[in-house]
Amino acid sequence: MNPPPGVTARDFAAALGEFEAAVGRGWVFTSEDDVALYKDAYSPFWGEPEEKVASAAVAPDTVEQVQAIVRTANRFKIPLYPISTGKNLGYGGSAPVLSGSVVLDLKRMNRILDVDERAATCLVEPGVSYFDLYRHIQEKGYKLWVDTPDPGWGSVIGNAMDRGGGYTMALFRNHFDAHCGMEIVLPNGELMRTGMGAMPNAKTWQQYKSGFGPWIDGMFSQSNFGIVTKMGFWLMREPEAYLNGTVQVHRHADLVPLVDILTRLEDDGIVNGMSHLGSPFLGNNLLPAEFLRSKIAPEVGALLGQPGGPKPEQLDAHAKKSGVPVWAGLLQFYGPEKIIRAQWEYAKEKFSAIPGATFSEGDFYRMPLTAAQQEKVHKVSFGIPNLSIFFIGARSGANTVPGNGHVWFSPIIPRSGEAVFEAQRVFTEAAQELGLPVNPLAMATTYWQRAFIFLFGFPITKDIEVNRKNRAAFKALVKIAAEHGWGEYRTAPAYQDAVMDTYSFNDHALLRFHETVKDAIDPNGILSAGRYGIWPKHLREKKS
Amino acid sequence: MASVLVAGLMISGTVRAQDVEHGREVYRKWCAPCHAPGPEHHPGTEALAAKYKGGKPAALEERTDLTVEFTKQMVRNGVSIMPFFRKTEISDADLDALAAFLAKGR
Repeated sequence: MNPPPGVTARDFAAALGEFEAAVGRGWVFTSEDDVALYKDAYSPFWGEPEEKVASAAVAPDTVEQVQAIVRTANRFKIPLYPISTGKNLGYGGSAPVLSGSVVLDLKRMNRILDVDERAATCLVEPGVSYFDLYRHIQEKGYKLWVDTPDPGWGSVIGNAMDRGGGYTMALFRNHFDAHCGMEIVLPNGELMRTGMGAMPNAKTWQQYKSGFGPWIDGMFSQSNFGIVTKMGFWLMREPEAYLNGTVQVHRHADLVPLVDILTRLEDDGIVNGMSHLGSPFLGNNLLPAEFLRSKIAPEVGALLGQPGGPKPEQLDAHAKKSGVPVWAGLLQFYGPEKIIRAQWEYAKEKFSAIPGATFSEGDFYRMPLTAAQQEKVHKVSFGIPNLSIFFIGARSGANTVPGNGHVWFSPIIPRSGEAVFEAQRVFTEAAQELGLPVNPLAMATTYWQRAFIFLFGFPITKDIEVNRKNRAAFKALVKIAAEHGWGEYRTAPAYQDAVMDTYSFNDHALLRFHETVKDAIDPNGILSAGRYGIWPKHLREKKS
Repeated sequence: MASVLVAGLMISGTVRAQDVEHGREVYRKWCAPCHAPGPEHHPGTEALAAKYKGGKPAALEERTDLTVEFTKQMVRNGVSIMPFFRKTEISDADLDALAAFLAKGR
């Protein structure tokens, strides 16, 4: 058991003793085997000296225990790294950014403190997973949905704090935007509530987000300024019905009006679910990553394998010959039947402005879904947590060589067809140069309103040389993206410094502001050192 | 002496049944989302179907060859894209029960 950097063995032992006094026997983990469980299961440093490892872990059950741990950590200058459920796989998992930190494992704090069906809100602790909240709502029979990311075992709070997303209506699928009120243990151990929670006896903590004065909630996301111990969320009400339909366009250039019309329809609330764009050349299923399951026609494969990717006229010619559209969009609607049917009709009318656009009627369901329907649908579009996304990289009929995880490269690009074309060209060229898998028809995803994410999965292997090459390639892509004005919305700890470095306007004024805040509220630098590129003063000095 | 032995067996038998039932709950919570029967929506089952090609059942609960040691090894070490699980997720007691459930008394 090695003490954290800069901490004597004696002080570490004393701190661990105080941690145990706070949380009770059995909830401080120090043995090599137990601490190894706090590694990042999808670590890009697997087996290398840079691998991020904890020195110990402590698992409190109450807010008071969290406060006691933080006070002890300040006294002995112990670096702490809070995790919620530790299932942020692909973005660091349960491992600390600074090796040698003590992981503050909040999984035991898994109470669903309130679900208010009338107000459609909830208040939860960090150890509550999407599965937990969904089961609770089902057991109670509330007509409420939980917007869930792909992996349902993640923390409702943790995913929101990392600014993750889901699949239902825009208001709910941006998980940070859907939150309403926080309780935070500050780095000095003090307890603070935000929004209406700052007013004793307020009845609207989960109903009115900003309270009075500066609205500081955003500062606690993707940062290391506090430990969120409670957080409220707005929940989606179960709609009366659901409908989807697909629009297909048959020329490469049609992506531009397809995106423009779709954006207008979404901004107007006509298309009120999450849309999925893609190229049917890669398969008929437009849901994210589903093309990985498809066999690509040999003719298409030859086109995609050309240096620099296929030319638009080649794609148009193949579309004409095969009858397969170049692009398509799956549109989703939630609401009363007669209204969503009218919304779909109106959408078709608007897309008909694109010459040759065709349409496929999709699925229609009345809520609640039957058990058989639940098995058939894209579950997360109906707020049903599951783990089916882990087919990515797993052994299957289509993938005979199982992987060891993945990390995501995820730049934000403008929401336009032209931006997609540019990103496809830039990343195809870069991937070919860097020796990465190439997909010239890779499509942007629509998790957020008003902007696209151009997701790119990097496999994790147990081969150190391959991982080194991939890390260098990832950092090269971060730079290439930044040269085009595209920045990652979120990234794994291995790349957080590199990404933060690209947000460099006015000599890194934003990072310098983060550091000023960090030094003021966490002078001992005990909390999540290095998370999202924010380092405490003593470690900044050491680095420089 | 004989009655003491019988009582001991009964106690151990009762504990085991409770363990197995608790193991079923642990399985439902932590394993079934990936490993329940049917490859659709269950990537663990899909992966094992591709691995064993019918030689063994793809769904864990249908397996008859899972030893206690094997289950513990998998849960604490992971394999491929399946991560390992911390003790705040699956405690040692939970893991004993889970392994007993999957071993079905072996």
